[in-house]
Amino acid sequence: MTGTYGQRAWQLASFVLFFGLWELAGRWPVSAAFPPFSRTAVALWQMIADGSLLKAYLITLQPLALGIALCAVAGIGFGIGMGLSRSVEWLSLPIFIILQAAPMAAIIPLITYIYGIGLTSKVLAVIMLAAPVIVMNSYKGIRNTHPSLLQMCRSFQGTRRQEIVKIVLPHAAGLIFTGLRLGLAMGFIGIVIAELLITPTGIGDLITYNSSIADYPKMFAAIASIVALAAISLHLLERLERRWFP
Amino acid sequence: MIVEVKNVAKTYENGVEALRDVNLAFPQGQLSTLLGPSGCGKTTLLKIIAGLIPRNAGEVLVKGKPVDGPGPERAFVFQDFALLPWASVLRNVAFGLELRGMEREKREEVARRYIAEVGLKGFEHRHPSQLSGGMRQRVGLARALTVDADIILMDEPFSSVDEQTRRKFQEDLLDLLRHHRKTVIFVTHSIEEAAYLSDQIVLLSPRPGTVSRVVNPNVDRNKTPDEIRRDRAYLDTVDEIWGILRQYV
Repeated sequence: MTGTYGQRAWQLASFVLFFGLWELAGRWPVSAAFPPFSRTAVALWQMIADGSLLKAYLITLQPLALGIALCAVAGIGFGIGMGLSRSVEWLSLPIFIILQAAPMAAIIPLITYIYGIGLTSKVLAVIMLAAPVIVMNSYKGIRNTHPSLLQMCRSFQGTRRQEIVKIVLPHAAGLIFTGLRLGLAMGFIGIVIAELLITPTGIGDLITYNSSIADYPKMFAAIASIVALAAISLHLLERLERRWFP
Repeated sequence: MIVEVKNVAKTYENGVEALRDVNLAFPQGQLSTLLGPSGCGKTTLLKIIAGLIPRNAGEVLVKGKPVDGPGPERAFVFQDFALLPWASVLRNVAFGLELRGMEREKREEVARRYIAEVGLKGFEHRHPSQLSGGMRQRVGLARALTVDADIILMDEPFSSVDEQTRRKFQEDLLDLLRHHRKTVIFVTHSIEEAAYLSDQIVLLSPRPGTVSRVVNPNVDRNKTPDEIRRDRAYLDTVDEIWGILRQYV
């Protein structure tokens, strides 16, 4: 019990220290463009109260949710296919390895040449960032099935179908879920890059607009809010993961 | 002879010759041990008999019929237990029957019976991670027993079980297998274990694995475990085997 109390105390101290330093740095007369924590928090509260933050998120989360949902269905399917079949693996593994290594900020403007500046491009940006890790994790989850579990299944005359349904897929479930969580993390990066590089909408609009009218507390509040949203949702997914796949 | 191995050879894809011209026969209802230093191909031979890995030459006859894959008359107990980590003891033990499509209530009834026989009553709803190594292997053994195979193939089942548990487990195993009249082929690298458990001991020489000698320890099985461990025939067998094996190590 004291252990968890001790842990909580240190974690709390870490937040206090961080926000304290932020407050100090903001009050230091270096740059007018860097507001202290207190003014950022007030600005955040204002944006929550007048509904502009909620409106922005409704727009931002659309391509994120769409992209992640598409990745969850097609990406996991692809990864499983690659894990189960050598030919699918040879066909598509290079694509995902290249996608994983490619600097996305350089490629995203290319999407706009093809798909314009609408929702499609933003969904694509999310997919291009999130898909590789989702596909690769599903693929590795399938491939890493313990060989003696497969031999066990064969020794009891299990069919290939039973092997996949009763052993390979449950075995991969943990890694697939991890892939989804990491994919969401990449998706957050993708959506912010897309909203800053393609057209400012949603939270990207709040950031660029407030920056252009020099309302820095609001700009920082928008940035801090998406960082917090990403951190909290990923943390919750991680806890869910630990409960489901101990 | 319930299992016959004729001129079996195995060379792995990396060029390692694991077995060369192995000829063996395993009598029904007896416990035979494959014994030898590591790298002598004893696990390879056991898995060839199980039909889990292909051989390059020769044939394996089970009850007089050549076999090329796993079959319902053979059940395998794995060195690393091969339990489903996400499934309870009950589901793991019933898994062989689940694969055969037996309905849930029936197979769990059978599984419960064997869980009790291997001494795990009360642990049905635990998961493998909550069990000790010895208990996990009891789950593996119970799973092999549920499918009612005549032949039980065991690949170093006690190698990850600590010494104290191992002795108790060996005694339980002997009782259980005699009671069910199983034919057992057992891989081990422990001379004492082989001499204590076996009716027939096959000594394999390493690289490539060939049959070096077949020893029949005439240990009186009606004695108690402690008497057996002090028995003349048992001690002589251990000495004899060590005399042969020491040239390979």
